[in-house]
Amino acid sequence: MSNTCANCADAQVKAQKLDEIVAKYKDTRGALIPVLHEAQEVYGYLPLEVQRVIAEKLNIPLAEVYGVVSFYTQFSIYPKGQYQINVCMGTACYVKGANEVLDKFRTRLSIDVGECTEDGKFSLEACRCIGACGLAPVVTINDEVYGKLTADDVDGILDDYEAR
Amino acid sequence: MIKNAKELTTLRDHARQSMEIRLDRLVDPSPEKHKIDILVCGVAGCASSGSLKVADAIEEQIKANGLGEEVKVIKTGCFGLCAEGPIMMVCPEHVMYTKVTPEDVAEIFEEHIKGGNVVKRLLAGENEYEEIKDRLPQIPFFSMQKRIALNNCGIIDPENIDEYIALDGYQALAKVLNEYEPDDVIDEIKKSGLRGRGGGGFPTGRKWESSAVVQDHEKYVICNADEGDPGAFMDRSILEGDPHSVIEAMIINGYAVGSHQGYIYVRAEYPVAVQRLNVAIKQAKEYGFLGKNILGKGFDFDLEVRLGAGAFVCGEGSALMTSIEGKRGEPRPKPPRSAEKGLWKKPTVLNNVETYANIPQIIRNGADWFKGIGTEGSKGTKVFALGGKINNIGLVVVPMGTTLREIIYDIGGGIPGGKAFKAAQTGGPSGGCLPADCLDTPIDYDSLTKLGSMMGSGGLIVMDEDTCMVDLARFFLDFTVDESCGKCPPCRIGTKRMHEILVRITEGKGEPEDLDKLEVLAKNIKASALCGLGQSAPNPVLSTMKYFRDEYMAHVVDKKCPAGVCKSMVKFIIDTDVCRNCGICKKNCPTGAISGDKNTPFVIDQDKCVKCGVCMEKCPFKSIYKNA
Repeated sequence: MSNTCANCADAQVKAQKLDEIVAKYKDTRGALIPVLHEAQEVYGYLPLEVQRVIAEKLNIPLAEVYGVVSFYTQFSIYPKGQYQINVCMGTACYVKGANEVLDKFRTRLSIDVGECTEDGKFSLEACRCIGACGLAPVVTINDEVYGKLTADDVDGILDDYEAR
Repeated sequence: MIKNAKELTTLRDHARQSMEIRLDRLVDPSPEKHKIDILVCGVAGCASSGSLKVADAIEEQIKANGLGEEVKVIKTGCFGLCAEGPIMMVCPEHVMYTKVTPEDVAEIFEEHIKGGNVVKRLLAGENEYEEIKDRLPQIPFFSMQKRIALNNCGIIDPENIDEYIALDGYQALAKVLNEYEPDDVIDEIKKSGLRGRGGGGFPTGRKWESSAVVQDHEKYVICNADEGDPGAFMDRSILEGDPHSVIEAMIINGYAVGSHQGYIYVRAEYPVAVQRLNVAIKQAKEYGFLGKNILGKGFDFDLEVRLGAGAFVCGEGSALMTSIEGKRGEPRPKPPRSAEKGLWKKPTVLNNVETYANIPQIIRNGADWFKGIGTEGSKGTKVFALGGKINNIGLVVVPMGTTLREIIYDIGGGIPGGKAFKAAQTGGPSGGCLPADCLDTPIDYDSLTKLGSMMGSGGLIVMDEDTCMVDLARFFLDFTVDESCGKCPPCRIGTKRMHEILVRITEGKGEPEDLDKLEVLAKNIKASALCGLGQSAPNPVLSTMKYFRDEYMAHVVDKKCPAGVCKSMVKFIIDTDVCRNCGICKKNCPTGAISGDKNTPFVIDQDKCVKCGVCMEKCPFKSIYKNA
C-alpha cells in the first residue's frame, strides 16, 4: 500500500463504509432512504457515483435513486461547506426578522442560498423550522445553535469562524 | 425483564421512592436528611441556549462541595417556558430559576443549596414570591395550564425508563393486556372523544376501529413525528422529554388493532429526538415491553424508527407511508383508505405524537375523566406552541375551549414593547390568520375551521402591528410552492400562480383584479388538489383576504404597505424640521441617494434609494422616518 496516494486510501475507506451500510440494511424493507442518510454522512454529499453504487447494490434503478435524492431537501448532490450555515425560515423566525439575518449572511459571504463559498468554508441554506422557536430567529452552523439573532450579530459570528 | 403486571407494580413502587422529593411539593426538607434534586431542562430550546453546560457546572459544584450523596442533577424534558431558558428547578422546594448561565451556578449553590435562601434575581417572573413553598402554581404561565400530554416533561429523566415507570408508566399497557379485549380498548378511546392532534382532528377511536375490522395478519401502526408545521414544536418536546409515553401508546394501539409492527417516522431535523427515541426503544426492549410475549400475555410487538429527509408533504399520511417504503414521498388518491391499504398495501393506523401521548392517561384514568375536559366537540387538552411577537414563548397545554385571549395575554404574557395585537396564525401553512375580533372565541377544532383557519398541529404565532399580512401570505405561499411534491397540477401550478400574484402585489405592481384572481384560484385549488397539503394551501391567503382586506386594497390601490414591510412601497423621508444637517446619513448611504450640505436641506433621491434603512438607523436626531 506504500505507493497508494492519500486520496485513494480515503476513497477506499469510504467505499468500504458504504459496503457496510448497504450490508446492514440488506434485509430491511424500504432501505433506500436510511442508506442514503448514512452514505451522506460518510461522503458529505451524494455524488452520482455513490448513487450508482447504491442503486446497483440495492438492485433499484439509478433513476429511482436519483428521483429520491432530488425529492428530499436533506440530500445534496453538491458538496457542502466546512461550516454549514442554516438560517431557520420557520414562521416564528420569519416574523422576528429571519429574513434580514439571511440577507446579511448573503451579502457578507457573497453567496446565495444553496451555494458554497469558493474556499469551501461556508455554505448557506434557508432551512425549515428546527423547533427552537423560543430562540427565534435561529441560525445553526454545523451543530452549534445561535438564537435571538439580529443582522448585526452576523459579522461577529462569521469573524469567529473565519479565525478558526 | 419484567414478566408480568405484578413485577411492574413492584418496580414502580420502588422507583417512586427516589423521586418523592420531586413529586410532592410540600415535603418538608428536614435539615439532617436534606436531599435535593436539581432538574435542568436538557432539550429543545434550553439545550440550544446552553443548558447542558449549566448541568455540567452543577455536577462540578456537587463534586467541589462534596454533596454527591445529597444532591442529584437530572436532565429533564421541557418545562414549557422556552424563551426563558436555560431553565432549572430545585426540589423539593420547586423553585424555578430562568436564564441560568454556568457562571450563576456557584451562587445558586452558595445561597440556595447550602444557605437555604432563594436567589431572587434568577427567579421566573419578577420577584413575585417571598415564600419558598408551593411557588410553581402561582405563576400564571403555569397555573392556567392543564398538562396531559407533556405531563412528565420537566419531571422525569427521559433516558431513564425507571422514572417513567415510577410515574405509572406502562401501567396502561399492563391494564390493557390483562383486563381488556382489543375491542374494549377501541371502545374506551371512542368513548373518550379523543381526536387526532396532528391536524384534521379525525376521531382516534374510529380510526383504530376501521383498521381493526380489516382481516389481515399483517398490519402496521405508525406514529407521525414528521412535525413540519413551522412554529410547532410540541412533538419534538414530547419525543425528547417523554418518549416512553408514545412507545406505550403505540403498543396499546398495536394490541387494539391486531398489529405487531410499528414505525415512528421522525424528521431528520430533530436529531436529539431520534437519539432519545432509540434509547427509549432499547430500554423498552430490555424490560420486555417490546418484543415477544409482552408482560407474559402472549402479545408480540416491535418498533422501528425511520427518518424523514426534509419534505413537508411527508406529514401527509399516504406520503409518509410511501416515504417509509423508500420512495419519493408523494401522496396517493383515496380511496382506498390507509386503514385498508396503507404501508406496503397493508392495513395501517397512523397517529400523531401528541395524540399518542394522551392514550396511556386515558386508559389509566378512564374515558370519562378525559371527556370531562374540553368542549362539546373537542375533548381533552391541546398543546400550543406560542411563538412570534409574544412575551412567554414556549409550549402551553390548555383545555380545549380556552380563548385566544387567555392563551395570548394571561398565559403568554401579552405582546412585547406595548405593541398592538394584529393577528394570530394557527395551523401553519395550512391554517389561517385570526384578527383581534376572534380573541374571545373559545378555540377547538370546529370553531377554528368555522373561522377559516384550522387547529393544525397547534402552532400559534402571534403578530403585532409590524407584520404585513400580504407579505405573510406570500411567505406561506413561498413555503407551499417550495414544498409541493408536484404530483397534482392544481397544487403544483395553482400555488405557483397564486405566489406570482402575491409577489406582484407586494412589489407594488398589483391591480384590484388580482384579488379576484387569487380568490378564484384559491377555491379551485381547494376543490381539486390531491392531498391535504394542496387543499389547505390557499387558507393563509383566503383568511388574510377575509380579515385584512383593507391591507390588500392599500397595496393594490394606493400602492402602500401600511405595516412598512413591503420594501418597494416604503419611502424613507427626511423631516427637514428635525434635521440638523449633520450629514451622517449621507456618509452612510450605500448608494449615494442622499444629497444636501450645511446650507441645502438633505433629501433622499427615491430612485436611487434601495430602502436598506441605514440612514434611519444612523440618524442621531431621529429625523428620518418610513412613510408606509
